Amino acid sequence: MSGVLVVAEARRGELRDVSLELISAALSVKDQAGGRVAVAVIDQQPDRFVDQLAVDGVDEVLLVPTPTEHFEAHVAGRALTELIAAESPSLVLLGFTIDSLGFAPAVAAKQGLGFASDAISLGWDGGPIVARGAYGDKLVSELEFPGKETTVVLLRAGGFEPAQAGGAAPATRTVELSLDGVAKTEHLGFQEAESADVDITKSEFLLSIGRGVEDKDNIPRFEELAEKLGATLSSSRPLVDAGWMPSARQVGQSGKTVKPRVYLALGISGAVQHLAGMRTAETIIAVNTDPEAPIFGVATYGAVADMFELADELEQQF
Amino acid sequence: MKIVVPVKQVAALDDEFELLDDGSGVDPDFLEFDLNEWDAFSLEVALQLREASDDGSEVVAVTVGDEESEEALLSCLAKGADRAVRVSDDDLATDDPLTVARVLAAAVERESADLVLCGVQSSDAVNGATGVALAGYLDLPHVAVVKALEHENGSVVVDRELEGGLVERLRIGLPALLTIQTGINQPRYANLRAIKQAREKPLDVVEAGELGLDQDALAAAAGSRRRGLSPPDRGEGAEMMSGGVDEMAARIAEIVRERMSG
Ligand SMILES: Cc1cc2nc3c(=O)[nH]c(=O)nc-3n(C[C@H](O)[C@H](O)[C@H](O)COP(=O)(O)OP(=O)(O)OC[C@H]3O[C@@H](n4cnc5c(N)ncnc54)[C@H](O)[C@@H]3O)c2cc1C
Ligand SMILES: Nc1ncnc2c1ncn2[C@@H]1O[C@H](COP(=O)(O)O)[C@@H](O)[C@H]1O
Repeated sequence: MSGVLVVAEARRGELRDVSLELISAALSVKDQAGGRVAVAVIDQQPDRFVDQLAVDGVDEVLLVPTPTEHFEAHVAGRALTELIAAESPSLVLLGFTIDSLGFAPAVAAKQGLGFASDAISLGWDGGPIVARGAYGDKLVSELEFPGKETTVVLLRAGGFEPAQAGGAAPATRTVELSLDGVAKTEHLGFQEAESADVDITKSEFLLSIGRGVEDKDNIPRFEELAEKLGATLSSSRPLVDAGWMPSARQVGQSGKTVKPRVYLALGISGAVQHLAGMRTAETIIAVNTDPEAPIFGVATYGAVADMFELADELEQQF
Repeated sequence: MKIVVPVKQVAALDDEFELLDDGSGVDPDFLEFDLNEWDAFSLEVALQLREASDDGSEVVAVTVGDEESEEALLSCLAKGADRAVRVSDDDLATDDPLTVARVLAAAVERESADLVLCGVQSSDAVNGATGVALAGYLDLPHVAVVKALEHENGSVVVDRELEGGLVERLRIGLPALLTIQTGINQPRYANLRAIKQAREKPLDVVEAGELGLDQDALAAAAGSRRRGLSPPDRGEGAEMMSGGVDEMAARIAEIVRERMSG
């Protein structure tokens, strides 16, 4: 067992950004892991992404053609199981993404592999070690995988600089697997996010509210505040789930990815899926009553304060 | 139809928690417990499916946890689950999703369920993995992150929620395991009478050993081992503002004006 196997991710004919971050992560432990990094592409036409995966240090790109046009969890699971059996990697890296969540845990369970999800860092000490959040990311837990010949790690996006493609064309190898009849789901179609009258991704100043707002009746107050400040109102997901805010205003993994000049977050804890949508804002100001709230880990400025009191005072300033 | 709903009693940290001296965990005095947010939605899906069917469907809530976690089961029984099972966990590493999934597999296997509904994730551990790992052990077809579902005799049509609000519609045959996303419904609250009656409903407690899982089997299933627990390294972290709320507001206004001009 040696080397790192990266599983690239593609959707509807496009390579997803996380793939290049995974390659960076793999290269960071390449020497300790046995000196080999292979990237697997499991897709109906896997060869279409080879140029984008031409990163110096990648030893081989494994092309695994699938009979299904789109990602299918059971097909991906079978492909990964067979790749692990054939390549014997000590570490398999995937993104902490919706597709990965759909099949990687089943493979790890069934094959008795080491497993960690939402890893925020990766190291090596005789074998892989990872850090991940505990208690809603208020603490960090360090994990090891004793006795495991292969460990599957789902890595949180944003922790590694994406690798630069554009190196020499990588060696490729087509791996033909018998994947016919493996699918257990039938694809019926995609549905795009609804279009809306407001596009929060265009705003340079977002005032974003979270569950700290407590009640639907408190929302107008922050709408008024946003207007006074010249900001656009956005929110975390629970307010959308509750029907208090329209989905077009949701920031995060399943909502919009925003990059305003200023992101002012009131009463938002900073869960991984929220951070996915606002981490790269230029200036992040977080207001939260809990000094341990994970959002302070990514914010530029933090204020431990009650969002209602702060809103009152802020109004006076404009 | 028989629907099994694995639920977790999650732990949130108090504002002023303390770690145990040996760094192995958090002093339990500083933890607050609750039914995992996602599991309220998956239970609601199960209850609605039962209510829509006329074939005497049954909804069974299952948890792996210590005695305290029975609160989560009682809350499910109060909302309408027919019965509950707790697999007791004295020595189990319940922070390892594969271990929990292995134990759940043994418990769920006895039920021969048509549908197993997990939450997408637990709010404390954020593995997002236990459900699909359970499907792996049980060899059940599965779909993760389901935000809408319709039952059509023998199969379900589900909407799988992807990044950026994109949705994929799929059909999957039963039996199957789904992981349920928040927002799929509006979970009900239990009234006082139902909360009292919940204690009369069947709640079985079984040891992992009784399910044929000895220490070796559990050790083999474990996907990881915790080396330590520590406060996060906030790195550069935020520059924290000091002073009263008025001063903080003034500072925020100043930063906003500076960043928005030019
Ligand atoms: C697949 C998937 C996709 C997801 N996609 C998204 C997404 O796109 N966007 C998203 O946001 N979430 C998403 N989530 C949900 C995410 O995991 C969190 O549940 C969510 O972000 C929490 O929102 P919150 O911070 O508003 O609420 P909470 O986590 O409940 O935090 C509320 C915060 O408010 C603080 N607070 C309370 N009262 C006050 C007060 N008076 N003043 C100041 N602060 C106060 C509390 O200290 C706390 O930190 C997704 C989850 C999954 C599984
Ligand atoms: N200890 C447990 N007992 C029963 N079900 C659990 C337990 N832990 C996790 N689950 C289930 O797995 C889901 C996802 O949890 P996780 O993989 O920890 O994020 C939860 O919503 C539950 O449905």
